Amino acid sequence: MKNVKVKHPHTLKSLAELFLVFLKLGAFTFGGGYAMISLLREAVVEKKKWLSDDEMVEVIGIAESTPGPIAINMATFVGYKQAGVLGSTVATVGVVLPSLIIILAISLFFEQFLENQFVKYAFYGIKIAVSILILNAAIEMIKKMEKKVLPILILVAVTILMLLIELFNLPFSTIYLILIGGIIGIISYGLSLKKARKKS
Amino acid sequence: MIYLQLFLEFFLIGLFTFGGGYAMIPLIKQMVIKNLWLTEDLFIDFLAVAESTPGPIAINMATFVGATQGGPFGSIVATIGVVLPAFLIIILIAALLKHLLDNPYVQAFLKGIKPVIFGLILATGIVLFMKSIGFTGFTSFDFKYQTLVISILLITLFVGYKLYFKKKMNSILFILLAASIGITTFLYFNLLS
Repeated sequence: MKNVKVKHPHTLKSLAELFLVFLKLGAFTFGGGYAMISLLREAVVEKKKWLSDDEMVEVIGIAESTPGPIAINMATFVGYKQAGVLGSTVATVGVVLPSLIIILAISLFFEQFLENQFVKYAFYGIKIAVSILILNAAIEMIKKMEKKVLPILILVAVTILMLLIELFNLPFSTIYLILIGGIIGIISYGLSLKKARKKS
Repeated sequence: MIYLQLFLEFFLIGLFTFGGGYAMIPLIKQMVIKNLWLTEDLFIDFLAVAESTPGPIAINMATFVGATQGGPFGSIVATIGVVLPAFLIIILIAALLKHLLDNPYVQAFLKGIKPVIFGLILATGIVLFMKSIGFTGFTSFDFKYQTLVISILLITLFVGYKLYFKKKMNSILFILLAASIGITTFLYFNLLS
């Protein structure tokens, strides 16, 4: 794979365009990064023609296999491709700004807001709904997972461990679980290489 | 110093979450509770707000936690912290390291963390559900029968919609319906008693 080419030189107008496209994405995507993929495709592939469909798939792949919110990964990548590091910065600030402003406004009166009786009742319903949405996301992802013994074993073990950690308030950081998973991945790859070498 | 601490804690969150916003929830929850920045109840309440406002969930969370601890400047610092790792890594990859992701060991690492992330998200969903009906751990139990009624209604609605229309109900619509079902159910049982 060759490195990404940056379209130089960029103008103030092209930077403003980049900023506005991502500002809109940040303001109108509800429900997290995955919801952004379809909107991003519409804006960046169909309207602006900044990326081809193949490049779009590549961006999603990179976004999913690197840490951080998917929306940020995508904004940084598309911004870089259009106008280098400056473009990345402009696109990322654009996608973050709507959240920042809206949440800052909400945070000012959040606790008073929660004291209202009707709001309290509504939140009982909303909290249950949010947990159903999260469970649904988990089930959808697990359905697409490869059905092999090791990943399923890890999945079950992590789920049980995490439930115990949560319910007994155990001081164990989930970051370690993620690192252990990665190490198991590398070891099992190493072992499969060894096996393949023995056979040949 | 609170600003530096907000920045560092959210930087770590940004660095260690693969797979989008949902994967970030358990990490942020652990982190804010450990630092005594939010109570668990307030965290869960705010999670509901983060889901129903636009923008990436992680950004919404960072902004909110930052704002409660350090005002507007705190929210900016926390947001920059959570964004920066993704930003730097993508620029590195776009500029120089596109081959990195093709490396079989990197691939193996990413393959290994996948089931861990799915497990974390699944457990988070289960725990949030238990807590939202009043089961807050083995030491405290504050069960409200109304929440059970609301749960049954919402699960029927969600699963019914999915089976009938062959797709997930729009999240915002579902949350709005859940709010009205919550209010109606409590008012109904208040009237009865």
